[in-house]
Amino acid sequence: MRGWGPKAMATMISGARSPLYAARRRKNGITMTLAYLATGFGLIWLALILGVLFYEGFSGLSLKVFTEMTPPPGAAGGLLNPIMGSLVMTFIAVLIGTPLGILAGTYLAEYGRYDKLSAVVRFINDILLSAPSIVIGLFVYEIMVATMGHFSGWAGSVALAVIVVPVVVRTTEDMLTLVPDTLREAAASIGLPRSLMIRKVAYRAARAGMITGVLLAIARISGETAPLLFTALNNQFWSTNMNAPVSSLPVVIFQFALSPYKDWQNLAWTGALIITLAVLALSITARFLGSQSKKS
Amino acid sequence: MTSSRRRRVADVALQSGAVEVAEKVDRAKVLQRLRVGDIAFRHVTRAAAVTVLVILSGIIFSLVYGSLPALQKFGFNFLIEESWNPVTEHFGAIAPIYGTIVTSIIAMLIAVPVGLFIALFLTELCPMWLRRPIGIAIELLAGIPSIIYGIWGLFVFAPFLQQHVQPFLIAAFGNIPVLSTLFEGPPYGIGILTAGLILAIMVLPFITSISRDVFDAVPPMLKESAYGLGCTTWEVARYVVLPFTRVGVIGGVMLALGRALGETMAVTFVIGNAHRISGSILAPGTTISATIANEFTEAVGDIYTSSLIALGLILFVITFIVLACARLMLMRLNARLGS
Repeated sequence: MRGWGPKAMATMISGARSPLYAARRRKNGITMTLAYLATGFGLIWLALILGVLFYEGFSGLSLKVFTEMTPPPGAAGGLLNPIMGSLVMTFIAVLIGTPLGILAGTYLAEYGRYDKLSAVVRFINDILLSAPSIVIGLFVYEIMVATMGHFSGWAGSVALAVIVVPVVVRTTEDMLTLVPDTLREAAASIGLPRSLMIRKVAYRAARAGMITGVLLAIARISGETAPLLFTALNNQFWSTNMNAPVSSLPVVIFQFALSPYKDWQNLAWTGALIITLAVLALSITARFLGSQSKKS
Repeated sequence: MTSSRRRRVADVALQSGAVEVAEKVDRAKVLQRLRVGDIAFRHVTRAAAVTVLVILSGIIFSLVYGSLPALQKFGFNFLIEESWNPVTEHFGAIAPIYGTIVTSIIAMLIAVPVGLFIALFLTELCPMWLRRPIGIAIELLAGIPSIIYGIWGLFVFAPFLQQHVQPFLIAAFGNIPVLSTLFEGPPYGIGILTAGLILAIMVLPFITSISRDVFDAVPPMLKESAYGLGCTTWEVARYVVLPFTRVGVIGGVMLALGRALGETMAVTFVIGNAHRISGSILAPGTTISATIANEFTEAVGDIYTSSLIALGLILFVITFIVLACARLMLMRLNARLGS
């Protein structure tokens, strides 16, 4: 406060006590309190949901869950067939969706970065990214289940693949755009054809980010229920036949949770816990990889 | 291309092992192969990009095709009819449309202000060391599959509302003219209000993380000059940050609205699946996605199935419009930040 005369100090103090200033400070105090409360409100739900889920889920978790089939009502059993069904369908969906997504993302970032086609594809892809998944289920029902005449694991995989594609397209494009152009120019200057430059240089530079995208896509589809309800349907028994209805974890949770049987409801909680742990593990790994790739 | 350059390309390709041919092979042939490979790769990626468009048009075409029988039979009345009767095969979509819109409105009324305040907290108030953990927690909340929200809503949240919140609402608003119809009837626990609240919890993280990102994009110079003039934190947020990011915030909100409209599992568990329009938000209702999820596998007859697909078409059209607006707004913000 050196350099200010007593008169200036006096006006500053009286200014600080003016009703207008007090009102502004009060308003600020109220809204800032609201911001704190809102954050607490948001985090409480995370705590409540995870808390209940862990409590209910862990009480039913045992080795039997991973070694036995889904039981009829009133009997003991596990979740082996839905877990296997989910794993197989997710695997096939990633197998179909990832190459398609990476190639499309490559076009958007490398060949047609400023194309009109790319602008349209980018826009449509962003819409597909948040399109209602139940509509995707209806779409695959129409093109596969209705034409083949029966529900099948293949249809379920295709429905999941349709969800994988936009996620992978988006992350691939973003990650390839981050690759510095000097790398591309260096590759071109030693005479590498463009396709080799993309595969040998750009993909390598963007690898961690692209893997992140695939992990995020897996996390996204491992909890998807709506597109499986009327494509893969459900199966009470062990089945490796992808041409027949296949059981999946989310659909079994849906069916068991809405049933009146206590055993089934407990299994639903356990299944929900397994899915959540898998999704959290995937997204934390993806986040870790993502931060690694940004550093380098 | 000159011949010397050609030779160089072939040399590099041979040495890098990218083309597995013996040293003796004619260089022109190698070059030819590289050129073909180059063109092929370009066209493959282009085809993959076009596939994205094919998927979208496939969705639209198959939904229109599937819903034709119902639309031909009921015509425009399908949109305004309330009855949903599988026995007489008479279907109308207004009850699910109503439920979809009302649950989404409830969700947005709660989630938008709360989400904006959390974003404000994260960008202006939160100490640096706490920003990352809270940001990660919010994003984890966004990553939890919707079926988890559904099962939690069914077993924990709905009974809680039924026993503690809804009787209170009925008692509190029972004598006030307009509000009494809104909170009429017995406390079922499940219903429109419960579904709206679960949706609010679900879309909260989306709104928060998008608004945080756009708030972060405000140039620090703008904020600092406002602080330098003596503005309070709230005034900076209200008169500098919000006007600057308005387009982005609206885009983010519409993105969340698109999610809320199309959300299936979280809603299906707690909505009650009742095909009627009730003035009370405590009453059970249904949404488009919940109707499809509940009834599609049990639907017998072409008209029933086709009516459900027509519902899907309506949902897709609504969400498409909302999401397209959201993307256009976010693009506008990015263009402004880029320039």
